[in-house]
Parts: sequence; structure tokens; C-alpha cells
Amino acid sequence: MLSEEEKKEIQKEIGQYPYPSAACIDALKIVQHHRGWVSNDSVKDIAQFLNMSNEEVEGVATFYSRIYRKPVGRNVILLCDGISCMIMGYESIYEHISKKLGIRFGQTTADNRFTILPISCLGDCDHAPSMMINNDHFNQLTVEKVDTILDNYK
Amino acid sequence: MERPLTQHIDPKKAPLTLKEYQQAGGYAGVQKALKEMTPAEVTNLVKTSNLLGRGGAGFPTGVKWSLVPTEHDTPKYLVCNADEMEPGTFKDRYLLEGNPHQLIAGMIIAAYAIQAQTAYIFLRWAYKKAEFELRKAIDEAYAAGLLGKNILGTGFNLELNVHSSAGRYICGEETALLNSLEGKRAIPRSKPPFPAISGLFGKPTVVNNVETLCWISHIVENGADWFKSLSLTETGGTKLFGVSGKVKKPGLWELPLGTTIREILEEHAGGMLDGYGFRGLLPGGASTDFLIEEHLDVKMDFGTVAAVGSRMGTGTMIILDDKTCPVAFLHNIEKFFALESCGFCTPCREGLPWVVKILEAIENGNGRMEHLDILKQQTRYMAPGNTFCAHAPGAAEPLQSGLNYFHDDFVSHINGKKCPWKS
Repeated sequence: MLSEEEKKEIQKEIGQYPYPSAACIDALKIVQHHRGWVSNDSVKDIAQFLNMSNEEVEGVATFYSRIYRKPVGRNVILLCDGISCMIMGYESIYEHISKKLGIRFGQTTADNRFTILPISCLGDCDHAPSMMINNDHFNQLTVEKVDTILDNYK
Repeated sequence: MERPLTQHIDPKKAPLTLKEYQQAGGYAGVQKALKEMTPAEVTNLVKTSNLLGRGGAGFPTGVKWSLVPTEHDTPKYLVCNADEMEPGTFKDRYLLEGNPHQLIAGMIIAAYAIQAQTAYIFLRWAYKKAEFELRKAIDEAYAAGLLGKNILGTGFNLELNVHSSAGRYICGEETALLNSLEGKRAIPRSKPPFPAISGLFGKPTVVNNVETLCWISHIVENGADWFKSLSLTETGGTKLFGVSGKVKKPGLWELPLGTTIREILEEHAGGMLDGYGFRGLLPGGASTDFLIEEHLDVKMDFGTVAAVGSRMGTGTMIILDDKTCPVAFLHNIEKFFALESCGFCTPCREGLPWVVKILEAIENGNGRMEHLDILKQQTRYMAPGNTFCAHAPGAAEPLQSGLNYFHDDFVSHINGKKCPWKS
């Protein structure tokens, strides 16, 4: 079941478009914002709300990389693995985080505190290497800097 | 030297508010276009200025607008492509975060020129600061009567919406972007019909890049001749050029079109970091062909870079240094393209993962000489004309030129059965 708040937010997005199904991606993002990820039940709820088939919504949900179809941790680390970040050494940052948290790309820590995922070029190449945690952006990463940053996410 | 696009941008400060921007002369172009010019006059002016699209393809903006039918009885749309995701590209972020009002002003005029009453900014989800600044600026513009009904009392209406994306590089392809904006999978459409005839929701639509739209108000204010005078080549205007990689001062600069690669690399980016040698560069993002030492005096412009076998693309260069393995460099890029393929066309869906597997094998010391022939063959399968969009042809560009310029490095991987850059 979509919450009243979710319905209200989706309804507002529908207002931007000539028909409801155009708000499909916005709806998926809204549900994910409230629940952390998009479950099969949520896919069905969105389909019903936008008058689409479950399969259509599923097709859209699985296409976009920033829609999570599996639960993620409380904080999601998105480490840029783009070419400029590769040249500037994102791999050593990855190895450091991976060792520190005991997770590889696609995994979540046992305490559910962090999920780490690779992300394509974040458009901050002159300050590489860069990453995002949730909605926050960080750049010119060093091992020391990463340690301090991670401490701020509980 | 004039720097129209970045004159009011200071990354250390908040962008100008509407009032501040107006005091600095902003929105004067909107006044002029809406009050003193017909839509056709605006389009003709942009056409005369020869503004070429700054998203990478360099299509003439005025021509794109003039393809939109002039009948008034159908909805028309203007879409700003702010889905910057080309690896190594960070120019639109700078414009969006630094001066959102410049973009809004350009969009009002562009929408007026094509008589669109609804516009969307298709924004990359990761650009959170840009989204915050844009939404704030749009609210200010609505409150001041620069957006909404009866703009400046001229009778022209425009609703401007921001759509924050959900990822995927392919959304930057203009017809894939339109499908995404319609709430669908971002799969490029077969063309024709082109978006100018049948675009968003099946209606006439113009899609322009952020940097392109940021020019419009300036061109209206100062004229086509002024715009042309800004560049060192036939094409008008300045361009945001960027450099990333092992250079002393990676960054972004607004410079005349036609500035040489050498000047950008050596003067603005400060040259290579001590201890690193230059091997080559991708002039305009990951989907452009390599250039090498002999091309450093090439002028950065659409035509001049194309003449030496590459593309200016987004104008943001990625530098390959001598301590980075060219095979690993290409592996990173091709893996990106393989992951980001929408999967619709066979050469792209099947070819790219194959290329990635081979590059991985070579990098790990398991390469064979015949692999090089397969890679070359793949670049031909992925060439323009075999796919709906430019994704696969773009992916083929660094690969085909990399195989050519760094042939000896490929061979040493294969013969030595290991990557020479790995100890």
C-alpha cells in the first residue's frame, strides 16, 4: 500500500505531465525515498496508482540504475569508477573502504550501516577521485579523508 | 578576453540571486526577445550566429529550432538536456551550480522562439547542488513573473519543470531522454521522425544542451556578429574546456573556440604533473578518438578536431599519462559503455561485453594476437549506421584509435603475458 504521503507526492509529479504513467520514474523515486528501496509489492502499488501494468513498471524499475530492487543499507556509498577517477586512483580508495567495512561492490555491512556501489562518472573529474554518500558529494579523496567522512554516517 | 558564460560564476560563492543577476544585466535578452522580436526573428538570429550545439554533436541550434512546425494549435516542448554523464565531462555541472538564472533566461527565449509553453530540465540525479540552486532560481523567476502566465505582460506563457533522473548514461541521447521523460525505459527511438516533428508525448520538441541554452540570452542581447567575434575560428563563441588526469592544475576554463590543445593543456592546466609523461588524450569525453603528441597544436573546434580524426565532443579532455596503462584505460571506458548500453541494438548489446572480455584478458596477460583483429572487427560492427543511436559508435572511437596509437602496448601485453604497468 502506498502511504498517503507517497500518493500526495506522486500526484504532484503527475501534474507536470499530460498523463499519469509519465510520472512512473518519479513515483519509483518517491517510494524509494520513503522506503529505501522498491519491493515487488511497491511495483504493483505504483502500477495500480498510475494505471499501468505491473510488467511495465517492473521494466522501468529494472532499467534505471538508481532504483534499488533490493534492500540497501542505511547509507549508500557511490564510489565513482569513471576513467578520470581511475587515473587518479579510485582503486586504492575502494580497497581501503572495502577492507575497513568488509564489503565489496554490491554488498551491505552486517549492521546494515553501509552499502557500497560503483557509480559512473560523477562529473567532478577535475577533483577526482570522488564519491557520493546518500545525497552528499565528496571529492579529492584520500584514505585519511575517507576515514573521517565515513565516521559521519551512522 | 570576454567570458560571457562564466563571468558571474564563482564556485566559492552562492550563485547570483534573481535580483543580483538582473542588476548585472541578466534577463535583458528576455526583455528584448519577448518585447521587441518575433519568434522567427529570434530563430533567425540564432541561426545567423551559427551557434553549434555544445552537448557534443555540434548541430546548428538555429537550424534545429527552425525544423519545428510553426502552427500554433499543438503543444510544443522545450527540453534542456542536463543529464551530463559523459565520462570526463564536468562543464554543465559548473554552469548549473554557478548561474542557474543564465540557463532559465536562455530557456525562456528558446521556448518563445519555438512557441513552446512547457519546458523541462532533464537533470542528472547526482547533481544535487545543481537541483537545489535550479529549483530556487525557478521559484524566484515565477515570483517575478518571468515564468508562468503572461510573462512580462507579453501574453507568452511558459511552465518550467525540473525532472531529476534515475541514472543511465543513455538518457543523454535525445530520443532516449524523451522516452525517459515520458516515464519509460530510456531506449533511443528510430529516426525519422526527428523530435522537432514528433518528440515528447508525440509533439514537436527541441532538446538542447545546458551550455547551448546558456548562450541564447547573450546572443539576443549582443547580436550574431559579437558572438562570432568571440572565437578564433569560423564557429562562433567561447567554449568551456576542461582537463582531468595527471596534470598540475586540472580544471575548467571558458576560452575562445579555436584555442589550441597545447595552450589548454600547458598554460591553463599547467602541463603534466612532475614525473608523468604525456601519451595521449581524449579531447571531448570518453566517446571521442584519441589524439597524441602530434595533434597538440590542433585548434579545439568542431571542424578542426574532426579533421584530424576525432571529435571535440564536450570539450573536456581526459589525459592519458605514461604511468597509466592504455589497455586498462580502454578497459575502464569500454566497461562503462557495455554497462550503460540500453541493450536494444545487437552490435552494442553483444559487441561491447565481448570487447570488455577481450580487453580484460589482454590486461591480465591472457591475450592473443588474434584478439586485436576481433577488437578491430568490433569497431567496424559498432560503426555509425549499424545502431539506432550513437552509443556504440561512440564506444568504438577511443577503441579504434587506441588500437592504432597504442598498438605496441597491446603487443607487449600479449607477448609478455602480463601488463607492463603492473609489477
